[in-house]
Amino acid sequence: MPVMMPRLKTTSWMDLPTRAAAGWVLLMVVAALVAAHIAPYDITAIDLRHRLAPPVGFGGTMLHILGTDDLGRDVASRLIYSIRTSLLVAFGATAISVFVGTAIGFTAAYFGRLVEHVLLLMIDVQASLPFLIVALAMLAFLGNSLPLFVTLMGLYGWERNARLARGLAIAAGAQGYASATRQLGAHPLRVYVRHILPNSVATLLVAATVTFPEIVLVESGLSFLGLGVQPPMSSLGVMVAAGREYITRAPWMLLAPSLVIVLTAVAVSVLGDWLRDQLDPTLK
Amino acid sequence: MTATIIGFVGPKVLRAALSILVVVTLTFVVLRASGDPALQILGPSARAADLEAFRRHWGLDQPLSLQYLRYIQAAFHGDFGNSMLGGKPALDIVLERVPLTLALMIPSLILTMLIGIPVGAYAAMHRDSWVDRSVMMLTVLGFTVPSFVLGLLLILIFSVTLGLFPSGGADRAAGFVLPVLTLGIGGAAIIARFTRSAMIEVLSQLYVVAASAKGVTWRQVVRQHALPNAIIPVLTLFGLMLGGQVAGAVLVENVFGWPGIGQLLVVSVANRDHAVVQVILLLVTLTMTSANLLMDLLYGVFDPRLRASSAGSH
Repeated sequence: MPVMMPRLKTTSWMDLPTRAAAGWVLLMVVAALVAAHIAPYDITAIDLRHRLAPPVGFGGTMLHILGTDDLGRDVASRLIYSIRTSLLVAFGATAISVFVGTAIGFTAAYFGRLVEHVLLLMIDVQASLPFLIVALAMLAFLGNSLPLFVTLMGLYGWERNARLARGLAIAAGAQGYASATRQLGAHPLRVYVRHILPNSVATLLVAATVTFPEIVLVESGLSFLGLGVQPPMSSLGVMVAAGREYITRAPWMLLAPSLVIVLTAVAVSVLGDWLRDQLDPTLK
Repeated sequence: MTATIIGFVGPKVLRAALSILVVVTLTFVVLRASGDPALQILGPSARAADLEAFRRHWGLDQPLSLQYLRYIQAAFHGDFGNSMLGGKPALDIVLERVPLTLALMIPSLILTMLIGIPVGAYAAMHRDSWVDRSVMMLTVLGFTVPSFVLGLLLILIFSVTLGLFPSGGADRAAGFVLPVLTLGIGGAAIIARFTRSAMIEVLSQLYVVAASAKGVTWRQVVRQHALPNAIIPVLTLFGLMLGGQVAGAVLVENVFGWPGIGQLLVVSVANRDHAVVQVILLLVTLTMTSANLLMDLLYGVFDPRLRASSAGSH
């Protein structure tokens, strides 16, 4: 008699696109972390004898693998540092966005009444305005420094995260555990931070993976317009803007950062979908 | 009946009006409180007396509350102040640019519909086929590629390499092609995905099954039963998409050197031209709020269940 083996569920491992996406994101994170060690040149190092040199495979040499820009600066090196800047901005901003959103959402759920109405109105207002336009105005009027820019980017998506957090808190309030701790005499802050928050983390984490790639895109857009990351720092949007001037003579200046922006945004959203399926199948 | 309609429309209109007021107030406070436009426009080397005169001339020496009240009062009379550069009325400067931006946005919205709805519906009807899978993969690209990258890639392909279309300029008819395409592709990807999921849901409904069962041809089932019902939620998406289109227009106009509102906004923001920035923000807010309101109301017209339940709850 053949032995009946119980079939193991094989749902949770990644399929090929997800693995590729994870690989790409990992590569980007590693590049950002060790930028100073792997970048062949300094981002401001000028090599006037090799200006607008093409990449390897298009007539270029191993000296500059991805070619050089109009000042002879190494595109590969600038790309690695740009990835670092863009990821740094996006990580910081996503953390702020989720934190601020959660705080506001929980506040609305806890106080209810007028506070909730006012906060919901603010959420509605933010949701009805394109963030890029708001950010554009704020940036140019508040001036520009890296911490300020990251904070401003952190406002991206706060209204969505706040709405989500409020919903989670209200749902938690309807469940036994929150009211049980409350009746045991726990301070409301303790109920929220120690009980409701840990139960909401999975969903909030998925929300963060939605926010993250969108912030990468907004940051690169603003930097492209010259109102985001400022020279001598470089970001992916800054590189695209510089490449645009040499689109006919040196298209690699434009293509290299563009490709990184597109691949990163796609990879993170593929990963986000996977994470959503893993952590919270009900969220759609 | 009348009470039902008022109960449905009233709160939505009130909310829209309140939203607009909040935006006006917030913009005013942030823009006025955040920096000194006198210093910005006259430069750091300007003499103190000139700075003082400039501030007095534009009312910048008054308390904020007074500036705000004056601003609201003037706004109701259609006076939004003058541009600090050149001194022309801000409203005129902005309105001058409106037709150019609309000339990009309207064709691109139409393009969005023309591509998105048929592609999405086709994908839904051939669910899990290779066509469906490749369409879905393309749409992910379509809405993750930022508009300025897409625009530059189109320039690289169609202007630089193939020489088919000019890379910009509002003076020739062909100059429209690439910016409109750039704006339309991203929107089409979103509409296609949305149409697909709406269509899949509708196709599984009992009335579609019933129609097929009683012998109506598949083509007719799709045209007369499934598609009209699937399009309703897609229409409401337009209110949401408009924001993306406005933001996209800012970038696309700057890529293609298109002298519309988006370009004006970037220039005005860089020059801290308060009056012009405020008019643009207000215009965007008004457009977005009325579009959302309109979509809400249209939804009520298309779906009477919503009207009834909403009126009951208020």
